[in-house]
Amino acid sequence: MKKVGLSGNYAIAYAVKMADVDVIAAYPITPQTTIVEKLSEFVANGELDADYINVESEHSAMSACVGASMTGARVFTATSSQGLAFMHEVLFMAAALRTPMVMANVNRALSAPLNIWNDHADAMAERDAGWIQLWVSSAQEAYDTTLMAFKLSEETRLPVMVNLDGYVLSHTYEPVELIAEEAVRKYIPSRPLVNRLSPKTAFSVGVVGPPEYYFEMKYQAIDAIERSRMPISKITADFNRSFGRSYDDVYAYGMEDAEYALLTMGSMTGSARVVAEELRKEGLKAGVVSIRTFRPFPVERLIEKVDGLMGLGVMDRASTPGGPSNPLFSDIAACLCGLKDRPILQSFVSGLGGRDISPDNFRTMFKATKEAADAKAPKPCMYVGLRE
Amino acid sequence: MSTSFRTLKDLPKEELLAPGHRLCAGCTVGTTIRQILKAAGKNTVVVSSTGCVEVATTYFPQSAWRVPWTHVAFENAASVASGIQHGMAALYRKKKTDEKLNIIALGGDGGTFDIGIQALSGALERGEDFVYVCYDNEAYMNTGVQRSSATPYAAATTTSPPGKLSKGQNRDKKDMMAIAVAHGIPYAATACPSYPYDLMNKTRRALDVEGPAFLYVLTPCPTGWRFDISGGIEMGKLAVLTGLWPLYEVVDGKTKLTVQVPRREPIKKYLQAQGRFRHLKPEDIAKIQEKADAVAVKFGLGPLRQ
Repeated sequence: MKKVGLSGNYAIAYAVKMADVDVIAAYPITPQTTIVEKLSEFVANGELDADYINVESEHSAMSACVGASMTGARVFTATSSQGLAFMHEVLFMAAALRTPMVMANVNRALSAPLNIWNDHADAMAERDAGWIQLWVSSAQEAYDTTLMAFKLSEETRLPVMVNLDGYVLSHTYEPVELIAEEAVRKYIPSRPLVNRLSPKTAFSVGVVGPPEYYFEMKYQAIDAIERSRMPISKITADFNRSFGRSYDDVYAYGMEDAEYALLTMGSMTGSARVVAEELRKEGLKAGVVSIRTFRPFPVERLIEKVDGLMGLGVMDRASTPGGPSNPLFSDIAACLCGLKDRPILQSFVSGLGGRDISPDNFRTMFKATKEAADAKAPKPCMYVGLRE
Repeated sequence: MSTSFRTLKDLPKEELLAPGHRLCAGCTVGTTIRQILKAAGKNTVVVSSTGCVEVATTYFPQSAWRVPWTHVAFENAASVASGIQHGMAALYRKKKTDEKLNIIALGGDGGTFDIGIQALSGALERGEDFVYVCYDNEAYMNTGVQRSSATPYAAATTTSPPGKLSKGQNRDKKDMMAIAVAHGIPYAATACPSYPYDLMNKTRRALDVEGPAFLYVLTPCPTGWRFDISGGIEMGKLAVLTGLWPLYEVVDGKTKLTVQVPRREPIKKYLQAQGRFRHLKPEDIAKIQEKADAVAVKFGLGPLRQ
């Protein structure tokens, strides 16, 4: 396997090319654009045999992807922020109509004010759409996860969103180990799925679901994502074995003996680990737990990892204005609420709109988590890095 | 260009829209779809936007469609059709399938003129090989007769009611044909199920051209226009014979009338037959007659019957 210097975005473009997709429908938006620029270059040069649809909006991008997926084609799109928000209604349809596809979502803040930098508000707002959401923390992981996502999507017949942090991952060049194209083909053979719009079947897809049937129909989509836990584990394990990686639903750093930990998602994981390491040298038993599979949420794996902790600080890079807590914190609290000996939870919001989360910020959060745990009294959500 | 349908004998017997759907009694959209599918044949995928047709033909567990059919949302029939076209084209080119199908996107006037115009414009501009059919019943009939930008001047709807300060709809219909033609598409045509051979031949031509085609069908609506349920086909004829709905096609930019009206009927006849125009005064009717006269001049229709 050869290593090349690639940005997170280009790493994804290479994965999509190797997956031999049939249709790409996309609309430019920062910081996603370099993914689809690269892909249209591949198509223009004949390196990728795909139909590239230059749609007039993200709404149409997602709509065209749903249509193309129904024909059995392998489908890809990419977006960010407002683009994802513009797709909103069609995202639910893509999941409930069971149209496999892979979408890279390069995480960016939502307006207003307009902001092209990283936070997680875009993906959090689509939490309930019924998509599998995977989160990555390096260009290598972006590449590998995109490949896995195609297999996962086609196996579960659910759309899969691969989330990577804007700029921090999308535009930062890292050495990426590319798998040989033949090996990728073997891993995800490019055979079409069933054409659901063939006259041989004459199905009606996307009908009216009256109250007598809607519940059961909706439940099938709910059940599908519940059942996707098994294929996710299996596909990840197979990938790890075949290509020498070590991906997991939940990552634990220093958790064997940690007393206080931060819970992270995406690129901030790296900084959190560096600070945890420093704190360990200073005598604080610090750890970091990070989530790769946000939907379906790895409930049991998470419980396993945080077992025995005294305090857990949950870092949200998004907020739920007016809510009792923030998206990730809510999920963690829901996971742990049934446990007898659960850690004290402290909520943090940090890094909105691309605000740097500094090592000092992480120190503050570790410290506040310890204080909350020691006092057995968490504070209301702390906005870390916010100027007063 | 093919002209395949001249008499009843030319029509395939097969019915691809099953009876028993839930369209209102007297609705002319069912008639339109029946004619279109007879012309298109079985190897056809239909993409519906949300609207009358979608809710009335696919109420689970029933579906009236004997061809593959899909619906995703209100405003995206054209972009879903784009995706289907490219999906099938890519799979065919890559030798992963041997299927080639007609693709018809079907939207009402709301789904075409208003909420779906962006997706439609995109698909027409990209040159996708599909036929977009707009069935125009001149308001949001599915939600209970609200005005759209296809509602004609002075028509009463639930959101353009006549009143002390209002004559009903205060604007003329948007010129959707001009908008479609402005995309430089190879084929656009108006049609009406009251002229079935004209509609079916146009469907065939729309499917035969390479690239996007726009088929714009007037579908009189007894529920929203308020006329007797037996009158839909006659109402369509009147729309054509008064000059309000000229039947023509635009092939590569050149306009050609397909049904000549040698003697035009006065517009009064059309307006007075419909409850939505009941509030009009003689001077309003005269104003609408002037509009119809202008259409007649533009398309070279015959003089007004006195």
